[in-house]
Amino acid sequence: MHPIITVSHLEKTYRGGFHALKDINLEIRKGEIFALLGPNGAGKTTLISTICGLVNPTSGSVSVDGHDIIADYRAARSLIGLVPQELTTDAFETVWATVSFSRGLFGQKPAPAHIETVLRQLSLWDKKDSRIITLSGGMKRRVMIAKALSHEPQILFLDEPTAGVDVELRRDMWELVRQLRATGVTIILTTHYIQEAQEMADRVGVINRGEIILVENKAELMRKLGRKRLILDLQKELDGVPDELNGYGLEIADEGRQLIYTYDSQAERTGITTLLKVLNETGVRVKDLNTTQSSLEEIFVNLVKKTA
Amino acid sequence: MNFQAVKSIYRFEMSRFGRTLWQSIVAPVVSTALYFVVFGSAIGSRIAEIDGISYGAFIVPGLIMLNLLMQSISNASFGIYFPKFTGTIYEVMSAPVSFFEIVLGYAGAAATKAIILGLIILATAALFVPLHIAHPFWMALFLVLTAITFSLFGLIIGIWADNFEKLQFVPLLVVSPLVFLGGSFYSIHMLPPFWQTVTLFNPVVYLISGFRWSFYEIADVSLGTSLAMIAVFLVLCIATIWWIFKTGYRLKT
Repeated sequence: MHPIITVSHLEKTYRGGFHALKDINLEIRKGEIFALLGPNGAGKTTLISTICGLVNPTSGSVSVDGHDIIADYRAARSLIGLVPQELTTDAFETVWATVSFSRGLFGQKPAPAHIETVLRQLSLWDKKDSRIITLSGGMKRRVMIAKALSHEPQILFLDEPTAGVDVELRRDMWELVRQLRATGVTIILTTHYIQEAQEMADRVGVINRGEIILVENKAELMRKLGRKRLILDLQKELDGVPDELNGYGLEIADEGRQLIYTYDSQAERTGITTLLKVLNETGVRVKDLNTTQSSLEEIFVNLVKKTA
Repeated sequence: MNFQAVKSIYRFEMSRFGRTLWQSIVAPVVSTALYFVVFGSAIGSRIAEIDGISYGAFIVPGLIMLNLLMQSISNASFGIYFPKFTGTIYEVMSAPVSFFEIVLGYAGAAATKAIILGLIILATAALFVPLHIAHPFWMALFLVLTAITFSLFGLIIGIWADNFEKLQFVPLLVVSPLVFLGGSFYSIHMLPPFWQTVTLFNPVVYLISGFRWSFYEIADVSLGTSLAMIAVFLVLCIATIWWIFKTGYRLKT
């Protein structure tokens, strides 16, 4: 698929010497939802801020739909909407005024109908004449999204969009992101809620200590790196793992009523057949069994640990 | 040219002016009226005419300049500092706008506010003292050029300042003394020769002198020198702002 953002050999070293981005190479595909994961201080916000023009890169290049973010910054920036991590709003402005201001700032002529649509989508229409200072934190977050959408961007950056918001608003935002993607908007989000990435992303990038350590299709990532667990419900409780089963790395759970076998689902031999055979031979009777896939969170934690 | 962006910034700043109308207009007008009561009527009646002009009328250009300078600086510096302080500056910095357009929006609004205030003070002065404007065109030119130049200076202060103390420091501790010592309330020819020479290093002298000339055709320095000094300061401010936006000084990391 055609990349809408291309990051090439991007480096950022802050004045104090902190090397925040190290030779970042990344392509974001048009129309996808890309989740950028990483622990605190990994470089997520620096990367987004650099693409959006808030941070000067030390070296390397970024192009947005073929427009260099420095040489052709007008064309590049006009395609982007940014929702930053911090709740920063014009406290004394009304919702309508601040959203209209954002649209004008991006060179777009006033379009009350579009602003109304955005405000209705974000359940802000009733608050359009309210001053922002009177709104709750969740509502302010919605205002920031409305501002970013006011100029009809082709690319939307959401930096920790659901940090500190309640479950209902989080669900609303996920729904909004899906609706935007359906209209062809490319969405790049950073999040601490791995569940968010798992729920929404098409592809996942993991950044740690300023380096992209992995970019993968989410389903593929979970398939490749996901370990599966076979959970065996036993007819009789066990005091411990029988000696005959020592080589399988089994865990006992549920006070001896379960045996858990962890295996690589991609391996040529998973060992399940022989395990079941040995269980039968040793007289361990199985009442039920099921398998579970590792969550993206477990995958992420393992990846970050490996590169730490 | 992103005219929509310039218009948006300008309108945004002007609407802030509307919200703070009381402190923006009423307070300076009241304090100026007090100057006329004290210096024009009470003390002024005991001061001899200066170059044939009553003392109350003599101080009008200086008072307008005092307010024009302070308002230009404070409007522009606050206009850019507040978004920096709250963090909303991210939006301007990530928008498809050039430094020229940002400056045009912020400094244009600050200068407009200062000019409106200057004209209101002029009208207020007319209620207290007989006014005569010999060269309205030059008066307007000095008013506009000074407002623009000091709005640019205010932008520099607003970008440089990283706390409210610094924001107040330059207007209160630098500009205010320069205005008071720059011939707002006296002709520099009334000073001893040594202090006349020292005063010539004060840039505000040239602004007030030129502005007063446009009213009464009396000046401490020549009109050409006054215009040249404003031009020099204007160019210095533009060059500094150009450098700030080129390097991202205190605006980008």
